Amino acid sequence: MLEKALTGKRRYWTWVFFLLGIIGAGFVTYLWQLKQGLSITGMSRDVSWGFYISQFTYLVGVAASAVMLVIPYYLHHYKKFGKMMILGEFVAVAAVTMCLLFIIVDLGQPQRAMNVILYPTPGSILFWDMLVLNGYLFINIIVAWTALGAERQGIAPPLWIKPFIYLSIPWAISIHTVTAFLYAGLPGRHYWLTAILAARFLASAFCSGPAILVLLMLIVKKLTKFDAGKEALQALTKIIAYAMFLNVFFVFLELFTAFYSNIPGHMHSFEYLFHGDGVLVPFMWTSAVLGIISLALLIPSSTRNNVKILVPTLVMLIIATWIDKGLGLVAGGFIPNPLEHITEYFPTGFELMISLGVYATGALILTVLYKVATTVKEEAAT
Amino acid sequence: MYDKKVIIPGIVIFLWLFLLPFWYNMGKATPPPEPKTDTPVIKQLTEKKCIEDTLFMKTSHMQLLNDWRDSVVRERNRVHTASNGKQYEMSLQKECMNCHSNKSEFCDKCHDYVAVKPYCWDCHLEPKEKK
Amino acid sequence: MENSRRKFLKIAGISVLGLGVKPVVDVVASEEPQKYAPNAEALRGKRWAMVVDTRKCKNDCTDCITACHTIHNVPDIKNPKHEVKWIWAEKYGHVFPGQEHEYLDHSVENRPFMVLCNHCDDPACVRVCPTKATFKREDGIVLMDMHRCIGCRFCMAACPFGARSFNWMDPRPFVKDENAKFPTRMKGVVEKCNFCAERLAEGLMPACVEACKDKALIFGDLEDPSSEVRKILSSNYTIRRKPELGTNPMVYYIV
Repeated sequence: MLEKALTGKRRYWTWVFFLLGIIGAGFVTYLWQLKQGLSITGMSRDVSWGFYISQFTYLVGVAASAVMLVIPYYLHHYKKFGKMMILGEFVAVAAVTMCLLFIIVDLGQPQRAMNVILYPTPGSILFWDMLVLNGYLFINIIVAWTALGAERQGIAPPLWIKPFIYLSIPWAISIHTVTAFLYAGLPGRHYWLTAILAARFLASAFCSGPAILVLLMLIVKKLTKFDAGKEALQALTKIIAYAMFLNVFFVFLELFTAFYSNIPGHMHSFEYLFHGDGVLVPFMWTSAVLGIISLALLIPSSTRNNVKILVPTLVMLIIATWIDKGLGLVAGGFIPNPLEHITEYFPTGFELMISLGVYATGALILTVLYKVATTVKEEAAT
Repeated sequence: MYDKKVIIPGIVIFLWLFLLPFWYNMGKATPPPEPKTDTPVIKQLTEKKCIEDTLFMKTSHMQLLNDWRDSVVRERNRVHTASNGKQYEMSLQKECMNCHSNKSEFCDKCHDYVAVKPYCWDCHLEPKEKK
Repeated sequence: MENSRRKFLKIAGISVLGLGVKPVVDVVASEEPQKYAPNAEALRGKRWAMVVDTRKCKNDCTDCITACHTIHNVPDIKNPKHEVKWIWAEKYGHVFPGQEHEYLDHSVENRPFMVLCNHCDDPACVRVCPTKATFKREDGIVLMDMHRCIGCRFCMAACPFGARSFNWMDPRPFVKDENAKFPTRMKGVVEKCNFCAERLAEGLMPACVEACKDKALIFGDLEDPSSEVRKILSSNYTIRRKPELGTNPMVYYIV
C-alpha cells in the first residue's frame, strides 16, 4: 500500500520536500550537538531536562489519546468513529516515533542507548517507558495497517487483530501513566511529587490529542475527498470538552492543596511559574487564560458545534495544554533547585531547531500514512 | 525487460557505489603495523613479557580491559593475579601505560591499521609523549 | 521420518536446556583461585559516612574543594549553568531549606556548609537509573560507572540534594593540572563525589578529609562502634539534609 505515497499532486510533493528540508536542517544541528555536547541547549546543572523531555511528555499524551476513539468504537460500538479510526491510530504512530526521537536527542551518550536493554533494570521507570512506548508503536502500526489493508479489499479486518485492539486500550493508558511515574516518584521535586500527576497527564492528553485530531480531520476534509463525518467530529469534541474540564479541575486541585496547606515547598514552583519576573511567567499566564477561554467555549453546544468558533477554540486549547505540559511542567519541577536557588531555563535556537526537525519527522510520517489512508479510502469509496 | 533504460544504469551505479571502498583502496597496500615496545621502562625489564604472553595480549587485551573495568568499578577489585602468579594493579593509566608509555607508537599503530577507535582515551589520560 | 524428527527435537531441546544450565555449573565448578582481588591495604568499611563539623569550617578556606577537584580531574568551568562540582560551600538556609529564620545566629548564617553527595542508604538516583550505571556498593558508597552512563540525567532529577553534575561539554579543556592517576570524564555523562573510592582502595582517607587542616570533615565506618564518626555522632547533636524524604543520607552535620 505504501506505493500510494509515491504518487501525488504538486502540492503534496512541495509539502514533503519542505518537511525533508526541515528534517535535514534539524539533523545537521543534531550533528553539531553530538560534537559540542548538550551545552548548545539551554539546559543547565539545575534544569537538567528541558524542551526535549517536555516535548516527549506532551507527545506521549497525543499518542495515548487515540484511545478516545478506540473505547467508544470498540467497547460502546459507536460506529460513527469507524471512518477515522485508522487516522487516529496513525497520529499515535507519528507521535510515539517523535517521543522516541526526543528521548534519543536528549541523551548525553546516545550511542550507548542500547545499554537500557543490555542491562535491563526493572526498578527504573525509564526502562518501563522504553518497553511501553515501543510496544504501543508496534500495536498501532499492526492494527492500523491491517485494518487499512482490509478496507482496501473491501473486507472486514481479520479476527486475530481484535486482541491487539483490546490490548491497545490499557496500553494507551499505561504509556502516559508510566510517563507520569517518571516524574511523580522523585523525592524532593514538589511540583511533580503529586499522586494526581498521572490523572492530570491523562486529562490533558485526552483533550489535546483529540483536539489535534479534529483539526487534522478538518484539514484532510479540505485536501481530500475523505470526510470523517460531522457527527463523529461533534462527538469527539464533546469528549474534548469533558477532558478539558477535568484537566482544569485537576490544576485547581493542585493549587488548592499547595496554597491552602501553605507548605512552602508545594507553593514554590507555582510561585515561580506565575509570579515575579521569571521568563516563563507570561507563557504560563497565556496558558491559563487560553485554557479557561477554550473551556468556556467548549461547554455550550452552540459554540462547540459551530466550526468557525470551534477551530480557534481548539487552537487555544492546544496552545494552553502545550505550554502547561511542554514548557512549564519540566521547568517548574526543576525551579527552584534542591538548594532553593533559581536558575532560569529557556530553550536555545539550536534546541528549537533540533526539536523542529523531530516534529517535521513526525509530520512526514503522518503525511505519508495519511496519504496512503486517504487514497485507499477514496478508492474504496468509488 | 521493461524499463531497460532505467534499470541497467541503476544497477551500474549501485555496483559502483557499493564497491567504492575497493576502488578507493585499489593498488594501495598498507604495510602491517609494527607496534614498538622500546620504552625506557620496558628496556629495563629483565623478562620482556606483558602480564600474559604476547599472543594472548594481542588477541584478548580488549576483553581483559573490559573485565578489569567492570571488576574495578563495580566489584572493588584492584589486583590482578596473572597465570604465573605475579600480581598487577588493574589500571590502564597506572599499570598498562606505565610500561607502554608510547601510545602513538604502540596502541595507535594497530588500532589505526584495523580502523578501530577505542574511546578509552576520551576519559583515560594517555602518558605525555616527547614529540 | 516422523520418528527421527521427534528424536531430533528431543535432542535439540535437551541441548538448549544444557546450554542454559552451563553458567550455573560454571559457577559451582569454579574453584580456581580468584584472579581479581581487592588491594591488601584497602580500607574496609561496612557503611562509610561523613560528619561535617561546620563550627570548625573557615570562610575563606577552599582546601577540601581544591584537593578533591584536583585529584579527581574535575573541570573548572566558570559558567554556573555548565559547572561540575563534587564538593562545594553553601549557606545554611540553602542546605537546610525551611530551617532558616530571621533571628538566626550570625555565625551560623555566615559560615560555609560543605555539601557533597550524601551517599544515601536508600538512594533515589540508584532507583531511577535505567542501566545501573549508578549503583550502591556493599560498603554504602554510591558510585558512577562512567563506562555505562547513557546521559539520560534521570538521576539528576531524582537527587533531592543537587549533588550531581552533567558534562554538558567535553571537560578536558577545563582540567588544568591533570592527575595522571585518575581519569577525566567525557561529554554526556553524569558525575559526582565518589567518597574517594579509589583512595580507600589504596588505604587512604578521602582527599577532602585529608586536606582539611581544621579537622572539620570526619570520615569513617558507621557500623564500627569504635570509629571516630560513631564517637562524634554519639557525643554531638547532628542533623542531616532532608531526612523526611527517606533517602537516609550518610553525611551528618554539626551546626
